[in-house]
Amino acid sequence: MRESDVITIKIDGRPIATSAGKSVLQVAKENGIRIPTLCHLDGLSDVGVCRLCLVEIGGKLVTSCTTPVADGMEVRTDTEEIRQHRRTVLELIFAEGNHVCAFCPSNGNCELQDLACELGMEEVRVPYSYPRNRIDATHPRFLIDRDRCVLCGRCVRVCAEVEGAHTWDFAERGRSVRVITDLDIDWGDAGSCTDCGKCVEVCPTGAIIRKGAATAEMEKEPELVADLLERRGDV
Amino acid sequence: MSKIRLATVWLSGCSGCHMSLLDIDETLIELADRFELCKSPLTDIKEFPEEGIDVTLIEGAVANAEHVEIARKARKASKIVVALGDCAVTGNVPALRNGIPPEELIEEIYGPDVTVNGNLPHEGVPRLLARVRPLNEVIDVDYFIHGCPPPAGVIAKALVALLDGREPQLVGKDLRFG
Repeated sequence: MRESDVITIKIDGRPIATSAGKSVLQVAKENGIRIPTLCHLDGLSDVGVCRLCLVEIGGKLVTSCTTPVADGMEVRTDTEEIRQHRRTVLELIFAEGNHVCAFCPSNGNCELQDLACELGMEEVRVPYSYPRNRIDATHPRFLIDRDRCVLCGRCVRVCAEVEGAHTWDFAERGRSVRVITDLDIDWGDAGSCTDCGKCVEVCPTGAIIRKGAATAEMEKEPELVADLLERRGDV
Repeated sequence: MSKIRLATVWLSGCSGCHMSLLDIDETLIELADRFELCKSPLTDIKEFPEEGIDVTLIEGAVANAEHVEIARKARKASKIVVALGDCAVTGNVPALRNGIPPEELIEEIYGPDVTVNGNLPHEGVPRLLARVRPLNEVIDVDYFIHGCPPPAGVIAKALVALLDGREPQLVGKDLRFG
């Protein structure tokens, strides 16, 4: 690192020397400062869609995963206001889907379930929407239960950026948004899918799972993406 | 010290939360002298008391007209109402029917086997709500105990706090759904 590349920022009042080009989230992580995340995954591009990694910079709330550090930046990660916003965001995510932990294969190994504990979500204060979503179990080894999808887009990104297949994508807009395979055909018929299963491993909830996994049986390895990229020398 | 007047209610749930309550084991015996059970599926008292309840634990989601009535009655009579378990807190499994019209459900489930008088009973059976709702959409809820069922230890922690007149401090893993 050249002397001129070194910049100094403050996170929660703590001065930190780092280098330009990193995100606020990345620098916080490197310095042991926990910021909750859901759509972020090490190795994938950041899109800032889940809004859980909100931090305050210069009186404004921004997503720390998509905000690059700048010299002299002052970041607050844990004010009462931020905590309230994160909780509201999480409640909206729960209310938008049909998240029933009781019989979910990912029960006990779910990033959404863990976030509810971490953020102290005692209740959901908005009415649940109870959408009717389509389950697609046409793939021979995997299935998607869209009731449990949080639209983080990790499956879309891992498939396009790491596997290079781009089988997954988003369709529709607003409340109707859903993830689809190829041009909205059954997953089992999606010719571009290589059956690699990376989407299964990175999905933070029980939405994309291996067939045959019963309640609490599904364990995933989202960290395999960063491992894989490192082995490829692609970081 | 006078005894805490406790009630427990079972709405649309599997009674697993009540089983988990009993699963507190010997702690329940230690606590037994400190409360009077005024209404519960575990007693033979038929009607919810009109007033004078300190703490009511409610298991289950609100699925029919009778549940709404009981929940409101419990709220009115109780100083503190606790949603016990995921069905009361989120709607959980009973809420899976939401989105399907109740008439269709009844026809599908009971219709083909109707043999008495040739039709489904419609008197003396509570009307199903169009949508199963978590308890906090129907009445004000003071505290929430998560889990399906909530672990006995978490119920014990909350119950001891409530009997001591403290706020239950449920944090971290205590708040796990499922």
